[in-house]
Amino acid sequence: MNWLALVILGVIAFVLSGPVGMLGRRSGNGWHWVSAAVAVAGGMCGLVAAFAVLLGSPSESLTIPAAAPAMTVNLRIGPLSAFFLIPIFAIGSLSSIYGLGYWPQSRHPRNGRKLRLWYGLLIAGMALLTLCQNSIDFLVAWEMMALSTFFLILTEDQKSSARQAAWVYLVATHLGTLLLVALFAIFRVINGSFLLRPLVPDQVGLALQTVIFLLATVGFGLKAGIVPLHFWLPEAHANAPSHVSATLSGVTLKMGIFGILRVLTLLPARPPAWGIFLLGLGAVSAFLGVLWAIAQHDLKKLLAYHSVENIGIILMGLGLALVGQAEHHPIWIILGMAGCLLHVWNHGLFKSLLFLSAGSVIHGTGTRDIDQLGGLAKSMKITAAAFLLGALAICGLPPLNGFVSEFLIYLGLFHTMARLPILSLTAAILAMVGALAAACFTKAYGSVFLGTSRRVSHRAHESGPTLWIPMGLLAAGCVLIGIAPSLVLTPLIHATATWSGQPSPELASLVPVKTITILGVGLLAAFGAGWVGQRYFLRRDRTGITWGCGYIAPSSRMQYTASSLAQMLLRALGPLVRQRRCEPQISAVFAGTGQFETHADDPVLKDAVEPVWRRLRFMLAGGQGFQRGSIQNYIFYMLLTVLVLLAFTLPLAMLWNWLL
Amino acid sequence: MIMILNAILVLVILINLFALGTSRMKALIHAAALQGVLLGLLPPLVVKDVGTLPLLMAVMTILLKGIVIPNMLLKALRDAQVKREVEPLIGFMPSILLGAVATAVALALAGHLAPPHSPLGLLVIPTSISMLCTGFLLLTTRVKAVTQVIGFLLLENGIFVFGLLLLSAIPYLVELGVLLDLFVGIFVISIIIHHINRAFASQDTSRLSSLKG
Repeated sequence: MNWLALVILGVIAFVLSGPVGMLGRRSGNGWHWVSAAVAVAGGMCGLVAAFAVLLGSPSESLTIPAAAPAMTVNLRIGPLSAFFLIPIFAIGSLSSIYGLGYWPQSRHPRNGRKLRLWYGLLIAGMALLTLCQNSIDFLVAWEMMALSTFFLILTEDQKSSARQAAWVYLVATHLGTLLLVALFAIFRVINGSFLLRPLVPDQVGLALQTVIFLLATVGFGLKAGIVPLHFWLPEAHANAPSHVSATLSGVTLKMGIFGILRVLTLLPARPPAWGIFLLGLGAVSAFLGVLWAIAQHDLKKLLAYHSVENIGIILMGLGLALVGQAEHHPIWIILGMAGCLLHVWNHGLFKSLLFLSAGSVIHGTGTRDIDQLGGLAKSMKITAAAFLLGALAICGLPPLNGFVSEFLIYLGLFHTMARLPILSLTAAILAMVGALAAACFTKAYGSVFLGTSRRVSHRAHESGPTLWIPMGLLAAGCVLIGIAPSLVLTPLIHATATWSGQPSPELASLVPVKTITILGVGLLAAFGAGWVGQRYFLRRDRTGITWGCGYIAPSSRMQYTASSLAQMLLRALGPLVRQRRCEPQISAVFAGTGQFETHADDPVLKDAVEPVWRRLRFMLAGGQGFQRGSIQNYIFYMLLTVLVLLAFTLPLAMLWNWLL
Repeated sequence: MIMILNAILVLVILINLFALGTSRMKALIHAAALQGVLLGLLPPLVVKDVGTLPLLMAVMTILLKGIVIPNMLLKALRDAQVKREVEPLIGFMPSILLGAVATAVALALAGHLAPPHSPLGLLVIPTSISMLCTGFLLLTTRVKAVTQVIGFLLLENGIFVFGLLLLSAIPYLVELGVLLDLFVGIFVISIIIHHINRAFASQDTSRLSSLKG
């Protein structure tokens, strides 16, 4: 069986899913269903092929020759690419189904087709990206993904917030691509071909390799959303339609991680400093990400900041594996890498689940402002259950999947205790992050689903099956990996061995898989027994207002808000969070009406990016004189540019020789 | 063979200088047409065995550059009712001088620029450079849209002449494709000229600056 061809078939199906949906009437739903069916069929093809390769089928390559050498297409599917293909196709298919109910063509005649076109291209671009073996193809697939994302953020281009977010995203992504072009140009010069071949150890010095490593970390890190390169992420993910946010957060961010992994396989030298750097970066990202999430009261922005946190956790696993390679500790490699990779899957599962649940909330109530919601658990039972499950998983609590991958990283960090105790300190940060995440989701779940409805949620209605079927499948995935981690051991071992290039010790002997299963089943049984007992034996028919506190006439305003729940934590960790408070000034004895608001801005965006941006604009304002508006001038500029470039070619070549 | 080739190239250079010096647009278009016809004669001259493809290339070039494009431009001229290029950014006399200097420099460097063992003689590359310079001069110093199109045409002619050297390396298909692009480009521009003229009663490109941000 030719698995690579099957994956390519899946890619083609996703590309076609958009245009197919354009056949019907602008206001009809019929072709929307056809479009989703095409996408799901493509997703199934891709999933079957990816699983086959991951479970032991040999790697396959394909070369499509072209007249010009740079246009040859080299594709290859191996365990590592198959590992990333699975979330791409799975979440791509599920989100396409979700879109049927969430963004139906009949209710969005203006942008439904645009959304599906770019969505198909986004999935296709990401799938191709994992297969590319030469840098030109890689950059093309990368740009395909990056630009589709831009148009997806702009789905509701009538909203100024979406335009603003898309603009910041566009600048960030182009900055990243610029660095990647530099990165691949260096590879081209060293290797003499566009093929992404591992460098020969003696060919290049450590300094140049470190330059490559840093270019990759920053260039791909901009996409992955590592602190402080995450500044575009929260707004972009909050402004896209929810099933798109699920894909962007659950899958697209991981492409940045994939890129870093991919470049690392090409570099022979992997000094411990790189691993420690990534580990530290990951710890900072995880901690600050969750901290900033707590301050949010926009449900989707809160989830977006949690993506920053989880990318940090993934990066910690990767850093640990890198240190392990440098210090020749196979146990660190396999535990770190397995944790990193498994968390890629897991975060894809639970973050998509959370975004889809948040989408269901938006679908039912029309707002994503936590402070306007409340008491939804009564009217949206399925959504509430799905969100709760996702929240438990993201906090890393057993018996769900987040626990398993974080447990692998913890185990790996504990193993470093004997050799490099300083590294195991990051385990403490990871624990802190888990606790803060639990606090954050207590706040999110508590304010949105518990209590009484605040303003708009009395109109809330449960969503239809096209919304909850994808949510249910994702939730099932979370539970399955959480209870039976032995299922994912083989894929993890294959993918890890491909990455590190050496056979790794048996993962099963390092991880107490059986204990996790027994623990998980036991917890589920206890939970089930508790639920049955509560429902049938302790049944009480008293319903009152949640948190009524015995007041005579409690109103919906007498309950914790998103801001007040987070206040204590934020005050303790104040300097790290950029919170603006608008408090009423009370001057008279009898205070008049007042309003209290908090706004949590992104510290990096407000304190670093925007000032630099303004300064740049100020500095570059002088250049406006060159914009004369006459064609004659512009042609003259082109001529000058060509001449200057010609004149520069020589010195640049000399500079390069000197560097090498 | 080389004699005929060189004679044609000298004629082409003379046409360049004429194009720089004239203010009448009709004469300019006619000069460009003549240059197109002359260039069309070149491909069968420079290849060793004259097959169908070089002949097809010659016919297409003469047809498009000698007849179709000039006629489209003449029609645009009639529609827009312009006869003369007035107020060029650099006067006509200095333009001729600049063109002549560029040609002289190109000729002076001819010895350095010619590819080794070329059977086509020394004149091809200097002619090509001279045409490129002429095209750029027209593009950067004239304001009427039709003149700009002619400048673009001359620029492309220069590339065409340069392509003669590579005729064995580049497939004819590429050359024909370039020709088609040129045709479509000028077709679109002449339509735009027509519409701009109808809407704004002027086709002075220096007034397009109101779009400036």
